[in-house]
Amino acid sequence: MKRRPTFLLSMLAFGFAFFYVPILSMIVYSFNASRLATVWGGFSTKWYAALWSNTKVIEALMLSLKIALVSATIATILGTLAGIALVRMGKFRGRTLFSGLVTAPLIMPEVITGVSSLIFFLLLAQWIGWPAQRGFTTITLAHITFSMVFVTTIVQARLLQFDRAIEEAAMDLGSRPWQVLFDITLPVISPAILSGWLLAFTISLDDVVITSFTTGPGSTTLPLLIWSKVKLGVTPDINALATLMVLAVGLGVVVAGIIMNRTEARRLADERLAYRTNG
Amino acid sequence: MADTAFLRIEGVSKTFGTFHAVRDVTLSVAQGEIFALLGGSGCGKTTLLRMLAGFEEPTAGRIYLDGKDMAGVPPWLRPVHMMFQSYALFPHMTVETNVAYGLKHEPMSKAERADRVREMLDLVQLTQFAKRKPHQISGGQRQRVALARALARQPKLLLLDEPLAALDKKLREHTQFELMSIQERTGVTFIVVTHDQEEAMTLADRIAVMDKGEVRQVGSPTEVYEFPANRFVASFIGSITTFAATVVGREDGQLRLKVADFGTEVLARDVAGITEGQAVTLALRPEKITISQARPEAANVVEGVVKDLAYFGKDSLYRITLPSGALVQVHAVNARRGDEAARVADWDDKVWLSFEPGAAIVLGD
Repeated sequence: MKRRPTFLLSMLAFGFAFFYVPILSMIVYSFNASRLATVWGGFSTKWYAALWSNTKVIEALMLSLKIALVSATIATILGTLAGIALVRMGKFRGRTLFSGLVTAPLIMPEVITGVSSLIFFLLLAQWIGWPAQRGFTTITLAHITFSMVFVTTIVQARLLQFDRAIEEAAMDLGSRPWQVLFDITLPVISPAILSGWLLAFTISLDDVVITSFTTGPGSTTLPLLIWSKVKLGVTPDINALATLMVLAVGLGVVVAGIIMNRTEARRLADERLAYRTNG
Repeated sequence: MADTAFLRIEGVSKTFGTFHAVRDVTLSVAQGEIFALLGGSGCGKTTLLRMLAGFEEPTAGRIYLDGKDMAGVPPWLRPVHMMFQSYALFPHMTVETNVAYGLKHEPMSKAERADRVREMLDLVQLTQFAKRKPHQISGGQRQRVALARALARQPKLLLLDEPLAALDKKLREHTQFELMSIQERTGVTFIVVTHDQEEAMTLADRIAVMDKGEVRQVGSPTEVYEFPANRFVASFIGSITTFAATVVGREDGQLRLKVADFGTEVLARDVAGITEGQAVTLALRPEKITISQARPEAANVVEGVVKDLAYFGKDSLYRITLPSGALVQVHAVNARRGDEAARVADWDDKVWLSFEPGAAIVLGD
């Protein structure tokens, strides 16, 4: 009989508890009937009902989704182009500078990015009168700048393990480089582009720091709303809102996992098919 | 022939920084020929192929295809198609759309295009797999898709980069003959790059043996095997044993050589450009030497002792030690049957080696 490594198991349990007990307690207290977040007053779903009738929350959610959708899409287009340029265009002039500029937001403290974005927008408003007011446009622009790097990194990694012979074959068969890009390269790396988009979307959706610098009056995203509410004390409706977000994210992860398992199973079945009909 | 050749490569060189990948290569290939570029890795054969496809521009020299200078013509405008070593099939397309891909650049109707694709799939016997994706078919089938795709636009020149390298031994032999029959039916000129001498010998009408970016000999498979021009070609193609020798004289159109390792003089086939008294290399192929227990009546006879032997069933390979200590490889077919009779000689037997003057290769370098 193998002895259980008690120490290792207890450390694992401790680690998991550290990560998940806060979330679990938040979920439990979202069903708390009491107004006080830390005093249990019986089971209730009234905070969820209150959430739906709270137009401020719904508005903030819609704004967050709109920003995430637009910024992730533009960041994906720009980030993919940057990734292709970095991997495919060889040693062009200023490549190191370009690479550094693209990846800088990854290591730059968010506060710095936020402050500099704010100053930039203020100066711009002074010089050319735009943006007259900070809000959706300025938040979206700021989000594009810091989420683009994630798309670039994923696309770059995918392109590095891409068999260049496939592109050469398309060129050899009569396609010009831009046709090869649309016919071969982009379709083949599309899963990487999609996951880059998803990542950019998620990062934009829960950003607080940079958003708080680039937002203006009347433009409150969901994370900002939660942040401002928490400053006045944690209330059970925040718990309910957060629980819904955890649920949404969890559901997304599960669905993505199922899809990946299915495609893997299909690939294996295809391979078996190939061997059966060999010859 | 050089001026009217279908494909002319004239003094082509390619350098990458300080590395000379290809040095001053001049070749001409006739229409409808299967021409092989043979050499080890890094000999420049693939770089030469990529220059023909247009992926690399020569540093110096010119390439003419069907009378047209190919300088500056990009890959997508060359009537040259390539079958890649990795096959490079488009993973997101079916077998059918892979084959049809090049045809979208041809001015032809939908029906004509479908006809051509069907014809190509028929040629490589893949009609039933038309709707499959590349990862749903076997390696051998993928190779045939790559061939059909490269042939679909009816290129003037088809480049094949190690066409059989990724296939297992059984499939290679089958595919080899299939390639030759497809070449015959389509009449397209094939240029095959390979490191495998057997592949080059069976496939090609002519072979260019390359080493360190240079072409060392061009000739038919028989020419490069039986009449190698230099020591590199002699040792690269097939196995061979070499001896230092000195030319003593000429008699009856044959060279008389003094070979220190043999302790005697031998007769060899005369080669142009060899002068009396010159130090040369005598090269003997293992299968051209006869091994016997009794001293045979032959022009060239050498004495030796069996040091080692390997029995392969249909034949045996012997390693014979000469009195000087030098080793010779001898190949013998086991024509007789039975336990003892299968071998001509055993370990430590004293034997006689003999060879025809015509089978002795004299190399000037």
